[in-house]
Amino acid sequence: MKLHDLAHGRTGDKGDTSNISVIAYRPEDFPRLEAQVTSERVAAHLGQPSEAVTRYVLPKLCAMNFVIRGALAGGVTRSLALDAHGKCLSSVLLEMPLNPRGAG
Amino acid sequence: MTFRIGCGAGFQGDRIDPAKDLAERGALDVLVFECLAERTIALAQQARLEDPNGGFDPLLERRLRACLPGCARNGTKIVTNMGAANPRAAGECARAIVAELGLPLTVAAVTGDDVSDRIADYRLDEIGETAGALGARLVSANAYIGVTGIVDALSRGADIVICGRASDPALFLAPLVHHFGWEMSDYTRLGRGTLIGHLLECSAQITGGYFADPGKKDVPNIAHIGFPLAEVSADGNAVITKLPGTGGLVTPATCTEQMLYEIHDPAAYVQPDVIADFSDVTFEQVGPDRVALRDADGRAPTGWLKVSVAYRDGWQGEGQISYAGANAHARAELAAAILDERLKEAGITERLSQVLGTEHDLRLRYAARCPDRATAQTVAQEVEALYLCGPAAGGGVTKSVKEIIAIASTLFPAAEVSTCAQLMEPHHEIA
Repeated sequence: MKLHDLAHGRTGDKGDTSNISVIAYRPEDFPRLEAQVTSERVAAHLGQPSEAVTRYVLPKLCAMNFVIRGALAGGVTRSLALDAHGKCLSSVLLEMPLNPRGAG
Repeated sequence: MTFRIGCGAGFQGDRIDPAKDLAERGALDVLVFECLAERTIALAQQARLEDPNGGFDPLLERRLRACLPGCARNGTKIVTNMGAANPRAAGECARAIVAELGLPLTVAAVTGDDVSDRIADYRLDEIGETAGALGARLVSANAYIGVTGIVDALSRGADIVICGRASDPALFLAPLVHHFGWEMSDYTRLGRGTLIGHLLECSAQITGGYFADPGKKDVPNIAHIGFPLAEVSADGNAVITKLPGTGGLVTPATCTEQMLYEIHDPAAYVQPDVIADFSDVTFEQVGPDRVALRDADGRAPTGWLKVSVAYRDGWQGEGQISYAGANAHARAELAAAILDERLKEAGITERLSQVLGTEHDLRLRYAARCPDRATAQTVAQEVEALYLCGPAAGGGVTKSVKEIIAIASTLFPAAEVSTCAQLMEPHHEIA
């Protein structure tokens, strides 16, 4: 099971910082996502140092916002990448595998 | 009565048809065009250096010609940042169009965001040096201004308000402040207006654009997506919707994605007029394509304005070439190795080599950061030379060379930025 099965999201960018929202389709899945989709796991999945990632939780919207500093090779104006905004990163994050049974 | 405010553009290259539709059928009080990105204003500053009457949005004329008749007929005012690096010149252009169309509309230009003459001593976050240390590489410095100048223009009777670098939500917050008479110390309402602005500012991103994921998030009639509007109450709560018959959808899911787009701490969305707090916001579907939003809040602003500083940061050279079929991957990798060898003495400061596609249709992309144009051209030419001097059966070369205008940011005291709304002469004087 992947995060994509239970959640959707969108990436934004400000300078060299990326932010990725993760939003549960169903409220009943949110506690499990909150337990499993930690800033440490997000950092590992995206190949970033864990101290670069900050997680904000919005329980009323069953959503989380991950802010990843230094993720965009200098940001949209300097990056050599094809997706210089890093806008594809939300879909990359939704590939994260989930433990189908456990809460943690 | 609610106040109806719509979004006619979320970036410079946005579609014009949905904006025209809003102008004609939206029964709007205000139509906002948000057309200025960080790098857009740097490019506009460069255009203004070449032409003192240039430096504003190249689509300003097309947008106004398409939307002004509908707006004039329906009493809809326009607020936009299409002034970019030259709001006064944009205002003159708008005034000429108004006169040509014979419309009784007043145009105002809002200036004051350009702080390039006072930025030298401020340290830039991204590079750790002062703006002054950039010397001649400095292109522009623009502060994100708040609502004051726009509110002033509306209060003085402007029908079309054209500014440069204002915060995106402020383009929407300003007409709300003006219409409802919100106090600038009423941070709850300013926070709510900021949420409305943030939700609307990217046009179709809240009506199902940038949302579709086939089988998971299907969007009806996405090819003819409508742009959003908000029905705002005096307390700052609102319903987001779109025009009947347009494609797309407005749901709590589209609203939640957009609320978190390009923000960091949801409890502290720092704006020029308020620190907005979205942490308790809820969205409720109250009808088809109608979502009620509630409970944004806010607190006093920081007293500092974000300034985007643009500077010249070398050149990028890039080339691409295709390989396909038998042993294609090895041939693409050999091509990259040839480029590395040929360019190792060229003075490249950073390179990115990528093999894109599937085994049967691969494309090598080679991009490099270079100190000058000549080096960037060398990179592009070395990729092209692979036609005859590289691995077997390479084809379809494309190449590009571009100057890099980088953006850095700093904070500037809000008290030292004074915005000014200038009403343009009535149109009959130039007709």
